[in-house]
Amino acid sequence: MNELQFLTWVRGPGLNLAISIFLLGVFVRLFEIYSLGRKKDLSEPRNVGGASGINTVFRRSLPAEGMLKKSPISYIGGYIFHIGLAIIVFLFVPHIKFFQGLLGISWPGLPSQLVEFVTIVTIVTMLVILLDRITNPVKRYLSTFQDWFTWALTFLPVLTGWLAVRHLLLPYTTMLAVHILMVELLLVFLPFTKLFHAFTVFGSRWFNGTVNGHKGVAV
Amino acid sequence: MSASLEKGVRVLKEVIDAPIASYFSSCVHCGLCAEACLFYTETGDPKYTPIHKLEPMRRLYEQEYTVLGRLKKLIGLSKAVTDAELDEWRELVYNSCTLCGRCSVVCPVGNDIVYMVRKFREGMSASGNAPEGIKGAANRTITIGSPMGVKLPAVKAQMRHVEADYGLPIPMDVEGAEYLVMLSSMEIMNFPEYLGAIAKIMNQAGKSWTLCSTAFEATNAGMQIGNSDLARVIVSRIVEAAEKLKVKTVISPECGHAYTALRLEGANLMGRSFGFKVRHIIEVLGEFQEQGLLKTEGFETDRLTFHDPCQLARRGGVIKQQRGLMNMVAKNFVEMPDAGFMNWCCGGGGGASAIEEGEELRMEAFKKKKSQFDAVKPDRVVTACANCRIVMEEGLEHYKMNLPVVGLTEMIADHIPNPVVAKPEGS
Repeated sequence: MNELQFLTWVRGPGLNLAISIFLLGVFVRLFEIYSLGRKKDLSEPRNVGGASGINTVFRRSLPAEGMLKKSPISYIGGYIFHIGLAIIVFLFVPHIKFFQGLLGISWPGLPSQLVEFVTIVTIVTMLVILLDRITNPVKRYLSTFQDWFTWALTFLPVLTGWLAVRHLLLPYTTMLAVHILMVELLLVFLPFTKLFHAFTVFGSRWFNGTVNGHKGVAV
Repeated sequence: MSASLEKGVRVLKEVIDAPIASYFSSCVHCGLCAEACLFYTETGDPKYTPIHKLEPMRRLYEQEYTVLGRLKKLIGLSKAVTDAELDEWRELVYNSCTLCGRCSVVCPVGNDIVYMVRKFREGMSASGNAPEGIKGAANRTITIGSPMGVKLPAVKAQMRHVEADYGLPIPMDVEGAEYLVMLSSMEIMNFPEYLGAIAKIMNQAGKSWTLCSTAFEATNAGMQIGNSDLARVIVSRIVEAAEKLKVKTVISPECGHAYTALRLEGANLMGRSFGFKVRHIIEVLGEFQEQGLLKTEGFETDRLTFHDPCQLARRGGVIKQQRGLMNMVAKNFVEMPDAGFMNWCCGGGGGASAIEEGEELRMEAFKKKKSQFDAVKPDRVVTACANCRIVMEEGLEHYKMNLPVVGLTEMIADHIPNPVVAKPEGS
């Protein structure tokens, strides 16, 4: 297989396969989680402003009282790389063109130089976060193979994308194909690893907010 | 697999619900929950990270309720939960967790970790892995009627003492009273002032109230140990009493877990809603204050601070009332750092104070409380939970701090003028 055949494969059958596994995986995981249901709370409800599922979905995006100081790297690093990833994935013009080809809709993007700046900031932040996971005793203690693996799954698409745009390390066609392959690996593993929090985070916050909201506690 | 482990696993499989599945699927191992847990902050040992305390349950969830996990189990790629493992986890699930719920309010992905610990305890209790101390307390509550072995004659003796001291009748088994007042053994044995305070407060407010001879103990070690069957037996005594006496409201004593057991878990344990209300004494006092039924005289002038019991404030949402009451009788009321919703646990909640072998760790964790006290240097600490009170007294003694701990209800009652003619309703 030469580089052109490689690129054709990742853009065609590879992409279809990855998206299929991703969609099926998301569906199965969501079903196996939320179909478990929960028991109705029979205790007398207490209604308090701000104590509900939807409130907690939003409120938890901000650090709890006093927590930012305890772990600034987790919070600030977390914000930067999540927002960075969103900007790169959804506001880089070639990506928007890709989505247009796939979904038929498009939206305005950001100038390439700005996206490149965001990319570099994101790469550096992800490296800092990796270092934090290695050195922080709690994170290190909790970490299993999955934590290192999912870090790599998230990091490599960003890195290879930037290398492709910059024509570094490998010929452009090859690097582009590698980049797409990395994205496909991310899609395939996302539903079955902790990366699935991208979906369940909303359900988790909602459950916490609604279970405690019933007691009149705004969590 | 031993029979007890099999039972534990079966119970765990039953309690795993959609919230738990969602929580386990959302955890990104960020470790922020450790920063919220006093057992981690005071020891620096990462094994006390709250989410780690659930590891056996997480694996079981994965192996039983996810397609991939079942596949891994089928081809022998996953590690089964063992007796030895649960034995090892006892310290993490009981000794080093007071169900304070701080982890649940800081988790960025929104995991209600304490909800999961509470459920994990169901399995641990079923597999015989609960600590002897709480087991004993639960058994005494079932067989004798109270975790400390207090029987009705002791309550009656206390009633007579209080009647003599306060000149007010202590009603028992009065049908149609508005309030059924519950006690904790701690109050019967160590803090009889509580009963006298209730008599004074109810007398002033002109409210009818009663104790009940078949249900005077409100604490629920069944819930703390994680055994819903025992918890249900204990709660049902109170429910039956409230229904028999046709009271409007059952008042939970100054005890955090009694409040949770009655107010928040009671109806769910019984499988039906109640025809009466359940309120913590602090909520009732707050209502009386709002309605102008509470008239106090004079002020405490020394420097006072308030320790929020976790189950009342963070888990139960009662935060404002105690502050209104404090300001009613205290001129010099200072708040500790993190007071209110984010207050730090005394270190002995959730049954932990009944675990003898956990004492050393408890004293270590108490350093957190000590640091809060050191920050404001109060002359006395006021609280609204007899268990917090005892645990803090132990901790203060351990660290050789001369800091008296008092109950808020008694303090309020101290400022109520003594009645000239005692004629409460229902007597």
